[in-house]
This record gives sequence, C-alpha cells and structure tokens, in this order.
Amino acid sequence: MKKKVISTLLATAMVATLLAGCGSSAAPAAEAPAEPAATEEAAPAEETAEPAAEETAEEAPAADEGKVLNIYCWNEEFKTRLTDHYPGYEEVDGTHGKIGDVDVVWNITPSDNNAYQNNLDAALLKQADAAADEKIDLFLVEADYALKYVDTDYTMPVADLGITDADLAEQYDYTKKIVTDSNGALKGVSWQGCPAIMFYNRDIAKEVLGSDDPDAVQEQVKDWAAFKATADKLKDAGYYACSSVNDTFRVYSNNVTSKWVEGNKINVDKNLENWVNDSKALVDAGEAGTHDLWSDDWSKGFYPEGKVFAYFGPAWLINFCMAADQDGSVANLGKWGACVGPQSFFWGGTWICGATGTDNATLVADIMKKLTCDADIMKEIVEKDDDFANNKKAMAEMASSDYKSAILGGQNPLPMYMEGAEKIDLSNLSAYDQGCNESFQNAMKNYFEGTATYEEALDLFYTSVMEKYPELTK
Amino acid sequence: MANVPKQGKSQVVKYNKWGYIFLIPFVLVYLVFQMIPLITTVYNSFFENYLSGLKQIGPNFIGFANYKDIITNGDLIKYTQNTLIMWILGFVPQIFFSLLLGAWFSDQRLRIRCAGFFKTVIYLPNLIMAASFAMLFFTLFADSGPINTTLVNLGWIEQPYKFLGHAAGSRGLVAFMNFLMWFGNTTILLMAGMMGIDGSLFEAAQVDGATSTQVFFRITLPLLRPILLYVMITSLIGGLQMFDVPQVLTNGKGEPVRMSMTLIMYLNNHLYSKNFGMAGALSVFLFIITGILSLIVFKFSVQDNVDEVKPKRDRNKR
Amino acid sequence: MRQDREYDVEGGLGLTVRRIIAYIVLILLTVLCLFWFYILFINASRSHSELTRGFTLIPGKYLITNWLNVMHGTQPIVRGMLNSFIIAACASILCVYFSTMTAYAIHVYDFKAKKAIFTFILAVMMIPTQVTALGFIKLVQGIKLEDSFIPLIIPTIAAPATFYYMKQYMESTLPHAIVEAARIDGANEVRTFNTISLPMMKPAIAVQMIFTFVFNWNNYFTPALILHDEKKKTLPILIAQLRSADFLKFDMGQVYVTIAFSIFPVIVVYLCLSRFIVGGVALGSVKG
Repeated sequence: MKKKVISTLLATAMVATLLAGCGSSAAPAAEAPAEPAATEEAAPAEETAEPAAEETAEEAPAADEGKVLNIYCWNEEFKTRLTDHYPGYEEVDGTHGKIGDVDVVWNITPSDNNAYQNNLDAALLKQADAAADEKIDLFLVEADYALKYVDTDYTMPVADLGITDADLAEQYDYTKKIVTDSNGALKGVSWQGCPAIMFYNRDIAKEVLGSDDPDAVQEQVKDWAAFKATADKLKDAGYYACSSVNDTFRVYSNNVTSKWVEGNKINVDKNLENWVNDSKALVDAGEAGTHDLWSDDWSKGFYPEGKVFAYFGPAWLINFCMAADQDGSVANLGKWGACVGPQSFFWGGTWICGATGTDNATLVADIMKKLTCDADIMKEIVEKDDDFANNKKAMAEMASSDYKSAILGGQNPLPMYMEGAEKIDLSNLSAYDQGCNESFQNAMKNYFEGTATYEEALDLFYTSVMEKYPELTK
Repeated sequence: MANVPKQGKSQVVKYNKWGYIFLIPFVLVYLVFQMIPLITTVYNSFFENYLSGLKQIGPNFIGFANYKDIITNGDLIKYTQNTLIMWILGFVPQIFFSLLLGAWFSDQRLRIRCAGFFKTVIYLPNLIMAASFAMLFFTLFADSGPINTTLVNLGWIEQPYKFLGHAAGSRGLVAFMNFLMWFGNTTILLMAGMMGIDGSLFEAAQVDGATSTQVFFRITLPLLRPILLYVMITSLIGGLQMFDVPQVLTNGKGEPVRMSMTLIMYLNNHLYSKNFGMAGALSVFLFIITGILSLIVFKFSVQDNVDEVKPKRDRNKR
Repeated sequence: MRQDREYDVEGGLGLTVRRIIAYIVLILLTVLCLFWFYILFINASRSHSELTRGFTLIPGKYLITNWLNVMHGTQPIVRGMLNSFIIAACASILCVYFSTMTAYAIHVYDFKAKKAIFTFILAVMMIPTQVTALGFIKLVQGIKLEDSFIPLIIPTIAAPATFYYMKQYMESTLPHAIVEAARIDGANEVRTFNTISLPMMKPAIAVQMIFTFVFNWNNYFTPALILHDEKKKTLPILIAQLRSADFLKFDMGQVYVTIAFSIFPVIVVYLCLSRFIVGGVALGSVKG
C-alpha cells in the first residue's frame, strides 16, 4: 500500500513535470504556424523585408546566438512596448513571444513586497551556472533601485553591446546618469523620461479657482504656501486638494539636498521634514487623506465623485493609472489639466539592462537601439501611449506640433515635460531609496493619523529600514 | 511474516516490533524535511549572514550577538503581546460558540432541524484563502468602504472610522476574522469528539431527569477533555503562527504603529531582507515562546484532571 | 442557566424558548458565514471601474467578461488549479494515512521508545512551520528540488498536529480488543491496520482530510518559496500575483473572479467529505 501510494505519487509528479516541459516548448511550436496566417500583412512583411530594410544585417549574426531570450520584468509595460513598437515581435501567449526564430520568454514578477528584486537577485546570482537558454538576457530596473544593479558586474556596459555615444546623443542626460556605474560605464537605457507635473481636475478648478487655464492654475499652486492656501479654498468648497499626502511625497523627496543614506547612517533630509509638517497640516485640516498610493481609497479621485483636485505624477501616471479606459472617469472625459505645480520632480522610469552572460547580445542591443534611440519609434510611443519619450529632438518636434492629449482636454503637455526633464537632478539618489521611501511614508502615516508622535513615527521608520537593510544604522 | 511464533511472549514482542515499523515513515520524513532545516536554522542564528544589495555579507560567526540584538531592542515582547491579544480576542468567542453549537447539535431533546445544513455552513469561511478573506475585509472596512459609508449614512458616526488607524480597530478585525474562519473548524473537531461519546450515557442521564445544561457540563464536557485539550493546544500554536490575516489586512505593516504586527510577520520581515542570521535567532525565540506557552496549557489541563472537578460539583448538587 | 433549568422542569415551554434562541443564533451565524461568498460573487461580477467606484449588493454584468479576461491573461489559472489540486490531494492523502499509521503505532503497540517518541512528537508540534522555513529552502535548493511538487507533498507525512488528533481520537474509539481479535483471525499487522482500524477512524480521517486539503489548497507561504516556474505555480501564488499586478494590469474584477473560481474545488471536496462528519456516521463506527 505504502509503496503504491509513493509510486502513484511519483508518477503524478512526473506527469506534472512532463506537462510542464511540454508547455514551454510545444505551445509556441503549435501556435506558430497559425500566427503568420492570421496576421497576414504583418508577419511575412517583416520576415522578408527586414534583412533588406535594416541598415545592417543585424539579424544575421543572431544565427549562432541563443534561441531563447529571457526577459525579467515586473509588469506588462515593456511587453506592450515591444509588442507595439518592435518590428518583428509576435505575441504567442501571455508569457511567450517570438522574434524571428528566437523565443521570447517573459518572466514577470510583480514588485510588491520586493518580490521582483528577490526573484531577479536569485536568478542573477545563479547566472554564471545557468544553461545558455536559461540565462537572463535582459532585465528592467526602476530608478529607485537602479544603482543596486548598475554598480555590479551582473549588468553589461551598453558600449559592449555595440551601442555608441552617437546613438544615445538625443537621450536626456539624467536618464544616462542614473544608470552609469562608479567607473563611468553606462549600464542601461530607457525609452521614457519621467519628469512629473501636477494634474488637476478642470471642473473643480473652474468652480473654485475661477479658471481651468493651466497658467492661471499654476499661479495658485506655484509654491507650497500657495498650494496650502488653495487647499483651504478647496476644502471650503468640499473638495480635497489631493487624494493622499503620499501624492506629494515624491515632489519633496526629489528636491532633497542629501541622500537617504550617508556612509552607513540613515539620514532624514530637511525637505522630508518639510513634507511631514506640510502634510500634517493638510491632514489635520481635512484637505488630504493618508491613503496608500494605489489603494482603492486613493484612486477614488480618478472619478468625479472622488472630489479630488490634484494628483502628482509623470506621463505614465495619467496614461495608465488614472482609469482612462473606464467610462465616466475624469481621464476618460478629458477633464484633467496639467501644470508644473509647486516644485518640479520626477518619478519612476524603467531602464533596460543587458545581463552579463547573455547569449543573445545582438538581439538585446537591437531592442535597446530600436526602442530607445530610434526617433520614429519614439514618436510612435508618444502618440500611441501618451508617454514622454527619451529623445530630445523628437520631443521638441512634437512639442511644437499640434499634438494634443485627449486625457488632458486637448492640452499639449510636452513642453512642460521637456522643461522638467532638463531640471532633473539625480545627485542625491542612493541604492536604498525604494525601501526608505516606502518605510518613511508608512511610518509617517501613523503621525498624520495621530496614532504616534513624530518621534515615535521616526523610530518606526528607523526600525523598519534597519530590518530591510541590516547594514544600516540610525 | 511467514514465521510462526513459538511462544506467546515472543509473539507480543514480535507484534510490538511493528510499532517501530509503523513509525518509520514519520520519523524518516521528519528527520529529513524538518530536523535538518531546524538544525540549519539554529546554526544560522550564530552568524552574521545577509545580502546587501547583491553582495553577500558573511557568514561570519558572531556568537549570540543576534540574540542580544533581539532582546535589547525589546520589540519581541511587543509582538508577542500583540499576537497573544489578537489570539485570545478571537479564541474566546470561538470556543464559546463552538461549545454552544456542539451542545445544541448533540442535544437530543432540542432536535435542531437542518442540523446538517448548519454544520456544513459554519465551516465554509475556512475554505476562503486567508489572504483573500483579508482582502475582502480590507475593501469592506476601508476608509471610504461600504461599512463606513453605511455607518455615516445611517448617522451613527460623523466621520469614517479608520479601522486600521486604531489599535482596537485593526486588532478587532483580525480577531473577528480569526473567529469567523476557525469557529467552524473547532465545532467540527468538537462534534467529531462528541460522536465518540457513548450514546447510552446520554440516555441514562435523561432517564435520571438531568437537564440539558447538566448533561453538557457533567457528561459531554468531561468526556470531551482530550479533544478540548487538542483544540486548545493547536489553536494556541496556530495563534502564535498568525500571519496571513494581519499581513494582508495591514499590508505587512501591522498598522497602527505595529500594534497588530505578529511574531511571524516580524520574522517575515527578516526573511524578506534575506537576513538569515537574525531570522534564525528569532526562530529560536519563537520556538521557546511557543514551548513555554504550550507547557502552561498542558500543565493547566493536567492539573485540572488531577483535581477532578466532579466531586465538588456533586456536593453542590445535593 | 438557572432559568433554563426551571423551564426544563416545567416542560415544553423552556425547550421551545431554547429552540428559538438556538435557531436565531444559528441563522445569524449562517448569514455571517455565507455573507462573504455573496460579496465575492457580487464583486466577481463587476468591472474594475465599478469596483473602484464603490460597493453595492446588486450583482453586475461583468462576470463572464472578467472570467474571459482571466483566461486570456498572462496567468495560467487553469494549470494553477491543476497544480493546486495535485498538491493538495496528494498531500492530504499522504498526511492523513501516515499520521493515522503513526498514531496507530503509538496507540496499539507497546515498545520501549514509545513514551519518548510520543513526547518528542508533541514537542515538535510546537515548532511553527515558518521557523524552519529558512533551513527548508536551503535544503530544497541543496537537493535540487526547487520547482518540484515533492517538497510540498512528501513532508506532510510528518504532521505532528494531525498525528496528535488521530491519537486523541483513537483513545476514545479504537479498543485494543479489536486489534487482538483481528490477530487471532490471522490477519497480519499491515492488514489489520488497513482493513480494520482505518475504516473505524472514518470520521476523524474525513475531518483531517478536509483540514489538510484546505490547508494545502490555500497554502501560500511554502509554495511561494519553492515554486518559481510559471507553469508550476499554485492558485494562491497566482492570485497574489494578480493582486499585486501593478497599474497596467490591475483589475480587481479578475482578482475576484479568480478567488471565486478557486473556492469551488474546495467546496466540492468539502461537501463530499462532510457527509462523513455531518451525517449519521457516528452511529455505525463508533461503538466498538
């Protein structure tokens, strides 16, 4: 009996492995024939036209390269970009695609709870021993922790991939600085710039401030004192100035004069104290909530019923996050307006890094070039996705064109982004930013809500950071 | 097996040898999958060993430094308290309702209709993943969630009550969820135990004119003692391992001010930062705390057994 | 209680009152228990934007849309369900069978180390799973069993809590006389255990079977540490991923529909097994 159970068990386990094995190899094979037939114009066109059309025969050396391209990322953003804008990419299923005869395997782990980085770390640490087709070829990083990966040998200098300074000439400097290691080697590239601005609800602006004109509104929120005064007015009219005080956090934290960590010591910048004080005043006056970003309570203001005047963020926030595709949302109605706000800042951004040891170097390089250096593709991205692309020339052209953002009620926000992008200063970034930002907001929430004094909240912050990074001290 | 034993005594010994044989799978699996990990964990606790970014720090032997750290920062007591408070808040109503339902279901005179239906239904909340359940609660009790909206609309409160902004609110929610999820489980365990009680005892009691209350306290409860002990111990252990519910409900933060942070959530923080040394030391503390508390429960119930409450009650009766 | 007694002495009235109270409490508890399923269903049938805008008690029209979105999404939900089922089924069968066997060894036989082993098992029962988690991952990595179901199934053989329950249960329901009778009939020990003792434990087995199945079905902690391959992930991991999917993909409708979907199999298993606990099983098997 015992034996029987175990052997049945083993059999089941084996069947499961077999199934799993089939899944990854058989699925693309089975679906591949169907694809070209279905997308008749697209697929054959690429296969035949590409070698001729592209400047050099870049696909050619790929023949002796790996047949599997492993991509690590935390969301679908890059996948959408690749699907929409990279010539020759075909989607097979949710986690698989094809470029020519190379299988693209998406390894998507959400960033929540640090899961993405944990997963990536584990894979990178094993990179040297992994079989060629298992090795990570390309992975994405965010500004908050880019340094952690950039300053290691796990990322490849893009120069080694064959990307030249000339290719990168039109990219914003800050997008390069952030991913340059201590030896001066550039380790990643990005297709987007993330200068951030203030989005305000036009209807509320008209009602309370008398005008929804960006310049007029900007005058009312030109610094934090003005913002507070406007918040008082909004409050009297029954509106919230912003959904949560965490909305303004990035604005302050990007304008700091010192790093989160100096040496091994955790350091709270003066400007963050300003955030705490200003926020406390907002919360106490009932002019802003204390919700976590991305929570239900926070996103209520995406709809008119939420009664929220402003959100702070870069292009991607308004484009993807603010429910533009949902009926009845403020974004859907085109009722947002954009102005610079009290201070300019930046938020987020995604960089493409090549993993050391990749067996698809040519393909990785080509993806980087097409998606981040090709002006035409960059423009396409702005038009299709309302993103702000990382190409000065292309953006300047579009800024003076008749490009209009429907979400913003026909406003062209690009000049504002361009101005912001030039101002971004990254000298105070540290490898600990993500953990510190998160812990600080969480801890201070207790102070805002009155469950802790400022000192207690600060202690909580230290405790939490030291749990995350044992090497740091108070 | 084919050997025919010649003597009675060797036969008994031969049978008893099977005791060992039947224990083999358990012991083997235990040694491999739990003993080895346990030893590694304890071993780890004496080292400085974590990842800083992508750089491995350690392992460097540092003796009891990790233990000292945990004791000196004093948080351990706080989290133990939190855990116990939330456990007790959930366990008391849980055991109360379980016993009550158990008594009703087994009460022959009460003859509850649709008992099968009720018995089935009470366990259902346990089928929902703790994390999903916590998520539902999170949505329902959010600052602008339906519960707050309803209460405000009814005029019972003026401002939305921030459930997770108050110790009582968040601990209460955790306890309430634990109660809901586990009272069915406990009731089932108790009922399975009640079925084991010889029905003739109840009949005899009835003939003697005992009331339902008397039957419950004089017959059911004492005979249920082994299962009750089991329920107590496993619930205590489960309570000390409380994790999913508060973790998801408070997003891992143990709001407010870590007043609903449990021991395992604390351990989880160290596991997440790959701080294996600290996590190891914390694990050892966890084991010690669980051990002490379980021993107290054991001791308590054994003493109860020895004192034998019955004679006292009999005296009262006359 | 005093009142109760008086009514009882008087006769029918007290009983009626008690019965009414019992029904009221039971109905309240039932509502409290089923309410969550109703909410789940409501939420599963509403679109993401409806969900972010507020809560109602009236079902929406998006149940099928949400379902199709999940099916066409990146998460292999159906495979996840299959994985969860394989793990939960194997684990609960092995766990209950071997725990009963272990309890049987301690209950029926008399050997030198018996007391020591019993005490030992009770002691190890107090070690929280999470305590050994660290070493467990290292072990699993060491023997190259990552991304395999084996480290999720085999270890359940040593389940002190299940063992302890079985032992407690045997104490009241499995007399030594039955085992001896079987021996006299010439049955060997394995057979006695499988064909005579095991069937007598049916209610306990059903109870523990449900518990371990549900536990393993819903377990997130260990599988999340061990399974990294998309194709091997279990439902709880997939749900967690759906939930933490960020702004681009975030769709609460899908999350709810997946949760609702993940509950069905457990309900089926539960209803099948609950016959053994809820019904009249007690009548047959208990009296030895």
